[in-house]
Amino acid sequence: MLEITGLHVEFGGLHALNNLDFTVEEGEIVAVIGPNGAGKTTFFNVVSGMVKPSEGELIFEGRSLLGLDPNKITARGIARTFQNVRLFNNMTVLENVMVSQHCRTHQRMFDALLQTRRFRTEEEQVRIRGQEVLGFFGTRLTGYRFDQPASMLSYANRRRLEIARAMATSPKLLLLDEPVAGMNPVESAELTQLIGKLRNEMGFTIVLIEHDMSVVRDISDRVVVLDHGEAIARGSYAEVSANPQVIEAYLGQTSDGN
Amino acid sequence: MQLTTKQRTRVDWFLTFLRVVALALIGAGLLAFIAQAINSENPFAQWANPDAISLTGKQFRDLVIAGLAQGAMYGLIALGYSMVYGVLGFINFAHGEVFMIGAVTGAITSSKLAEAGHWESNFVLCLLLVVILSMAVCTITAVIMERVAYRPLRGKPRLIPLITSIGVSFFLQNFILVLLGPGTKSYPKMPDWLTEKRTFLEIQGTRMLVLVVAAMAMAGLWYLVERTKTGKAMRAVAEDAEIASLMGIDVNRIIVKTFAVGGAMAGVAGILWGLLFNSVLHTAGFLPGIKAFSAAVVGGIGNLGGSMAGGLTIGVAESLGPLMILEPLGVSGPSQLRDAVAFAVLIIVLLVRPSGIFGERLPSEERT
Amino acid sequence: MTVTGEFPTAQSALPAAARRRRLLDQDWQKLVRAGAILAFGQVFIALSGMPVTFDRRLLIDPILSLGYLSLLWLPLVVGYWVGREQVLEGMTAYARGGRDAMAGAVAGLLGNAGLTLLVVGITHFDIRDPLVNWSPQLLEILEFGESVWLGALIWPVIGAGTGALGGGMHWASSRISRTTVIVLLSVFGTAVLESVITDLTQGFHIEAVSDWLYGPKRGLTYPAAIVVAVAAAGVMTGLAAFRDSSARAAEAARGERATTVGGSGATRPRWRRIPTRRLVNLVLAVAAIVVLPLFLGRLTNELLANVGLFILLALGLNIIVGLAGILDLGYVAFFAVGGYSVAVLTSPGSPRFDAEIPWFGALFVAMLLAGLAGLFIGAPVIRMRGDYLAIVTLGFGEIIRVLLLSDWLSGTFNGAQGITNIPGVEVFGLATVRGFEPRSVLYLVLVFCAIAVYVSWRLENSRIGRAWMAIREDESVAEAMGVDTVSAKLMAFVTGAVLGSFSGAILSAKVGSIFPHSFAIIVSIVILVVVIFGGMGNIAGVIAGAVVLIGVLGGPNQPGLLQEFAEYKILIYGALLVWMMLQRSEGLIPSARRARELHVDEMNQDAWLRAQVVADDVANEGGNREKGRP
Repeated sequence: MLEITGLHVEFGGLHALNNLDFTVEEGEIVAVIGPNGAGKTTFFNVVSGMVKPSEGELIFEGRSLLGLDPNKITARGIARTFQNVRLFNNMTVLENVMVSQHCRTHQRMFDALLQTRRFRTEEEQVRIRGQEVLGFFGTRLTGYRFDQPASMLSYANRRRLEIARAMATSPKLLLLDEPVAGMNPVESAELTQLIGKLRNEMGFTIVLIEHDMSVVRDISDRVVVLDHGEAIARGSYAEVSANPQVIEAYLGQTSDGN
Repeated sequence: MQLTTKQRTRVDWFLTFLRVVALALIGAGLLAFIAQAINSENPFAQWANPDAISLTGKQFRDLVIAGLAQGAMYGLIALGYSMVYGVLGFINFAHGEVFMIGAVTGAITSSKLAEAGHWESNFVLCLLLVVILSMAVCTITAVIMERVAYRPLRGKPRLIPLITSIGVSFFLQNFILVLLGPGTKSYPKMPDWLTEKRTFLEIQGTRMLVLVVAAMAMAGLWYLVERTKTGKAMRAVAEDAEIASLMGIDVNRIIVKTFAVGGAMAGVAGILWGLLFNSVLHTAGFLPGIKAFSAAVVGGIGNLGGSMAGGLTIGVAESLGPLMILEPLGVSGPSQLRDAVAFAVLIIVLLVRPSGIFGERLPSEERT
Repeated sequence: MTVTGEFPTAQSALPAAARRRRLLDQDWQKLVRAGAILAFGQVFIALSGMPVTFDRRLLIDPILSLGYLSLLWLPLVVGYWVGREQVLEGMTAYARGGRDAMAGAVAGLLGNAGLTLLVVGITHFDIRDPLVNWSPQLLEILEFGESVWLGALIWPVIGAGTGALGGGMHWASSRISRTTVIVLLSVFGTAVLESVITDLTQGFHIEAVSDWLYGPKRGLTYPAAIVVAVAAAGVMTGLAAFRDSSARAAEAARGERATTVGGSGATRPRWRRIPTRRLVNLVLAVAAIVVLPLFLGRLTNELLANVGLFILLALGLNIIVGLAGILDLGYVAFFAVGGYSVAVLTSPGSPRFDAEIPWFGALFVAMLLAGLAGLFIGAPVIRMRGDYLAIVTLGFGEIIRVLLLSDWLSGTFNGAQGITNIPGVEVFGLATVRGFEPRSVLYLVLVFCAIAVYVSWRLENSRIGRAWMAIREDESVAEAMGVDTVSAKLMAFVTGAVLGSFSGAILSAKVGSIFPHSFAIIVSIVILVVVIFGGMGNIAGVIAGAVVLIGVLGGPNQPGLLQEFAEYKILIYGALLVWMMLQRSEGLIPSARRARELHVDEMNQDAWLRAQVVADDVANEGGNREKGRP
């Protein structure tokens, strides 16, 4: 589905990503792990078009993503969440998931001004789809929450809303940047289950960055370990967790780090 | 090297088109001007604007000197914009008004001195006194401004202090208007030995004086920023305020000092305005302020040497541009468009090279 | 002491001696600082010439003129400020009491000592050369036409009195202080609205009312002031009683509804969710707006037409700044495009285009040109940083003005002489709108305001409106969520530009002539102040902002109700902008406290859900999901 070859990203001489190869097959859940500063988020930024690579090729469903603006990439079917939750805080919960259907809708300004049939049916669809997506998280984001500003949500709900917002763009590939960060064990367990459901029931292919190893172990089909912008190990959780290079990357050569 | 080229949208094509048109117009104007200068009968000159007057070498040089003198003034104001942007990351729109207050202070004090009869007899001493007073008043204004209007907004998105500073700007302008009345405040007549053309390169004395004063102020600033502890702290805060505060630097103090130094430079610039134009109005700060900001951008914001160079660039462009580019292209009354030229320079620079000619120096999170 | 009667709470248990000590238990440093600020402000107001200029405008005949009011309000405000409760970590640092009034009195006394110094200064020195208002007239006003001694001594006393009143606001119960404020405001409002009220009473043929209200010098008469005050107090008390009873009813109702929260009501489209009562109010308001101009005189209609022009401009800028979050400081450019397009195309006096086309045709061209201008100005700036964008748009605004003024284009725009002889608007042979008939202009303006409101409202609740808001909130995230930010921002520019051009087009026809100086940068700034004052992104707020600011103070070139303020209004606009930014720069973000309250409810719900999940897990898998982090 997604094929990345020889990806280089530089920030002022610093190699954030170095000769990275990466493939994702349809229907997979791939976890990207690695110590802080390993280039995981940069990798997401490149795939979602927010950072331009200096070298390399990104092929999504047979077509190159290079040089596309982020909104075009989203329209192709890749959506993401952000590590430090970035919601549209002064918009309501429902508006947050309605706005992200932008690239799937076609009404023009004149439709809105003249209240054409096309406008009304499409608005209705957008609203219903938004409510469906929010309904995926149980009752937490529904009901009276629809019309609450996103800024009023609790931290965990913001994370959920961010995932909902990405889902509402109707992507094929979901990039989740630390989806359970800052959640308590119960919440994170619940969300882990949900990510599984996202793949099994909704049919999304998922790449996630995660520090919580229990989550990684529970849901990922494959794990890719990044360090210093390079992929140092790939494979199942068990293979990767036994890899001495990975242990070294996490703990450093002197093993008193933990 | 960027290997991947961005897929161009319509807006990008339009921008490229604008860049090309702007540069082509400048090029055509310059070519026509040169053609005119070589031979006004030549077909290109005829085609562009048969009535254009070509400049003599002396006129040309006078225009350059005039442009440099004004440019030095812009440069001094630009320093204030540049320093504040470097440290706090917002455009202090009201800085032009600080400059105006300097010019007004100069007008009042110098005319009082002239009334008492010292201006003629002891010009250099008087000028020194006037400059110091103006610097003091401007410093106080800038510091109060920071304390009242900007400090409470520390850490807010940068458009918020910008909007605030627009309010401060109009407040200060009208503050002077209602206190001092709407009339022009005149400087006394400059002594004869200064205004008559000197034999040295036949440059007008006041312009020489302006350039000398600006150079001295610039040297003082350079010494302050590069050679003193305060300067080092300022540069540290400009690099990263948070780290600087961890290193034991009192960031608030440094910010106040930055405003103070910027204000002092604006005070000097205010006196230069008085020397160049002899009178000042409460609205005098607005356009020079904008032009100085343009200068700061042209020179690369946050870059102090660049600000001065940017100021000189804007000054010369403004003084020569209408006659060298607009007139040969057949624009009538080109000198009315001076202000438009200054803005056009800003827009063209931002279109062609947004980080300025000499490169900006900003803390990393500001480069978005 | 009477304090005990007011507050039968904890502090009333304090011994009287302790409470008396509290009266002097002040933060003296703060008081001295407040006094110094007040002194500076008072001296500035005095030297700005306001007392002298406003002296002829009486508010309450014959004791209070606008001139004296200009010296009275500041001690009141500073008194209120220093008397304010000290809140530390959510706890009130001390109880409310006579101390508040005392603090206000001290600050007022110290501050107004500045005026004493000024009185003494003016009698002994003459520095009228730079300070134009250092004048005998000012001295006379400060001395109340009596002696220097009186002038020097009475001001601190007045300051102490007004300061105590301001500080005492905290002492009194909130109901009493609110009533006091409303009473003062309504007396002030009635006095200020003199011309409008006179106008209205003439329209309804009840001139007797205004004759009784106002004396020969436009001020409220004594008895009228008292009656207005009593009436306002009565209305306030009545309202409070009504609100109490309805609040109790609502409380009861909420208790019932709480069980059905989260119902299906939210699936209905937004407009259907407007309660019927609001709809009725809306219809009534519209009817009033349509009918009212018939009863208003020239002056008020003219005033309202000017307000309407600014409502149009503010709604247009609101789309750019308020919805899309793009700080456009050159909005006046679109105003100019609209005005000059109509002027050039319709006026027989315009140097180019002899064919004079009707106003509506010209309006169409103006819209097209403004849209193009929006694209042309928008495209180059759209990728710039927000603050550079602001300055560059400001530059474009200035460039357009300079070009209009220039000899180069005077063949089309006639330079500084401007274009005159612009005909009125022929409305399809039914009526003619002309500048000398303000009522007709007002109706035209109202129609376009309605269009602008409709456009803003529809767009706000549509795909493009959501895209704008997303861009305002976080541009790069909006882009990552699939919003084409470049074209959305361009659309904001174009829409805003077209709305602005309406205003310009009407201005041309209204005034009948047009000059470059009407399009100075200050126009952009005033519109920005209106939008910010009303609340960015809030249609009703923006309209209210325009009514209050433009109605009372006036636009940059248009007089408002307080025509005396003409030379001070830009000063006030500047100060207002700073104050707005310092007070509530977050604009629409709800107050932190409210957010926290709702947060508590959220966390309760999460706790409940967590319990559910745990229970489920225990039931299903024996709780094997209780995993920690590595």
